Amino acid sequence: MREELLRIIEKNSRIDLKELAVILGVEEIDVANALADLETEGVICGYHTLIDWEKTSLEQVSALIEVRVTPQRGQGFDHIAERIYKYPEVNAVYLISGGYDLLITLEGKSLKEISAFVSDKLAPLESILSTATHFILKKYKDHGTVLSKKHVDQREKITP
Amino acid sequence: MRNPLSDKIVTIKPSGIRKFFDIVSEMEDALSLGVGEPDFDTPWHIRDEGIYSLEKGRTFYTSNAGLKELRVEICNYLKRRFGLEYDPVHEVILTVGGSEAIDIALRAMLNPGDEVIIPQPCFVSYEPCAVLADGVPVIINLKAENEFRLTAQELEEAITDKTKVLVLPFPNNPTGAIMERKDLEAIAEVVIRHDIFVITDEIYAELSYGSERHVSIAELPGMKERTVLINGFSKAYAMTGWRLGYCCAPAVIAEQMLKIHQFAIMCAPTTSQYAAVEAIKNGDVDVERMREEYNQRRRYLMHAFAEMGLPCFEPYGAFYVFPCIREFGLTSDEFATRFLQEEKVAVVPGAAFGDCGEGYLRISYAYSLESLKVAIGRLADFVGRLKAERDRER
Repeated sequence: MREELLRIIEKNSRIDLKELAVILGVEEIDVANALADLETEGVICGYHTLIDWEKTSLEQVSALIEVRVTPQRGQGFDHIAERIYKYPEVNAVYLISGGYDLLITLEGKSLKEISAFVSDKLAPLESILSTATHFILKKYKDHGTVLSKKHVDQREKITP
Repeated sequence: MRNPLSDKIVTIKPSGIRKFFDIVSEMEDALSLGVGEPDFDTPWHIRDEGIYSLEKGRTFYTSNAGLKELRVEICNYLKRRFGLEYDPVHEVILTVGGSEAIDIALRAMLNPGDEVIIPQPCFVSYEPCAVLADGVPVIINLKAENEFRLTAQELEEAITDKTKVLVLPFPNNPTGAIMERKDLEAIAEVVIRHDIFVITDEIYAELSYGSERHVSIAELPGMKERTVLINGFSKAYAMTGWRLGYCCAPAVIAEQMLKIHQFAIMCAPTTSQYAAVEAIKNGDVDVERMREEYNQRRRYLMHAFAEMGLPCFEPYGAFYVFPCIREFGLTSDEFATRFLQEEKVAVVPGAAFGDCGEGYLRISYAYSLESLKVAIGRLADFVGRLKAERDRER
């Protein structure tokens, strides 16, 4: 039941306990307990809303930054990752296999603001060897949801 | 001018769904709970293989029976899911949907006057196809108190010395009924004792929600040699428009079915066959994900019916529920017509699937939970109104 529950709320975190109980075929109290356990265990880390900022009047720029770093003795990549993720404008930090080490996603009000973050805050950090910044031009799909198109039911209305 | 038509085809009534389809097509803003196909898109990796086959120029006929590779994969699937062993060379034919398989199986097996037992309510094709094959349909009216399962006694009573074939349509469209192993064992005993054959339409085999996974009657001892097993890609992999089904039968029957297929169809669509190889090899995860979602919707509907006080047995297969509307004193056709006019939601009257479907509605849950909620909300309003009308009259 836990995995099925997680798959449902990953797509719709607003669904209420009563409805979850109905579609999972269990009691409400069981759903409540499972959710509480998953939160305590840190499996559920938060309940977010997927927003297409493009459609708002707010100016917003997103960037992906590839970072190469020298791991520090005794701490590996964790220490430098922490230094980076503490900045609130940083959205995500991943350790990556391959040509570079850390992948950062970042949100800012403008290109200038993101450039300033990279040159003033990120690049000067010790142990950072290089950065490569990519600005996101358009989001087609985010968190498994297609943002650009609305789904239209193309089926005939009555079929045997 | 002479009458250009065959007497036989003229006597066959058009599908009862047709009339309703015409009304609904006129109403652009109508919601529908009336479809018999998945709402999911065909999973992308499957579509991608179809596209790739076109890019590679695989645009020719396949062999009559279908791509060898696909027939082998179908046999692998039947082995791993049901423990069934078929010979991909002599016992498997790819068809244009399960529908073609129904047609060619009946045509290959019936002599004029042979009786075909058809349990109803059921899919609309069996009866006309049996007539077109010069067979005589013998209808068994399945009962709500048996959860619309076929019982050995009902079968026994329908058998005469002319009976040749039993059509076994489970999991069932329109009722959602299933047959469990114990039910099938009782049927198999009667079938073997009377030396008749079975055409088992298991197109919804993967969409089964009970504790026991779907059992094929062909699995039971002594049954494979007297069974034509029909399945396909439409429902399990959400591939209705690809028109691809298959049938597995003892070589002696398959050989004759292949002749009809060869002359009438040539071969199933090539692009679909390439896509289907990908589906059956790597599509288990997709099937699992879709089944999980259908099951959530099924539970939601059962709950909603209980809340609005609409009696409905709990169905464990396909993606239909079959609530009873007898208490309102309307025929299923009248109910569906008024519901459409007053609430703009289309459902299919149960009578479209056989006389004993009268008094019931087929409601499909091949819709997102969000869409279902809106449509079922309107059903609750409508049912509430009918109840109030009825109470006023008393």
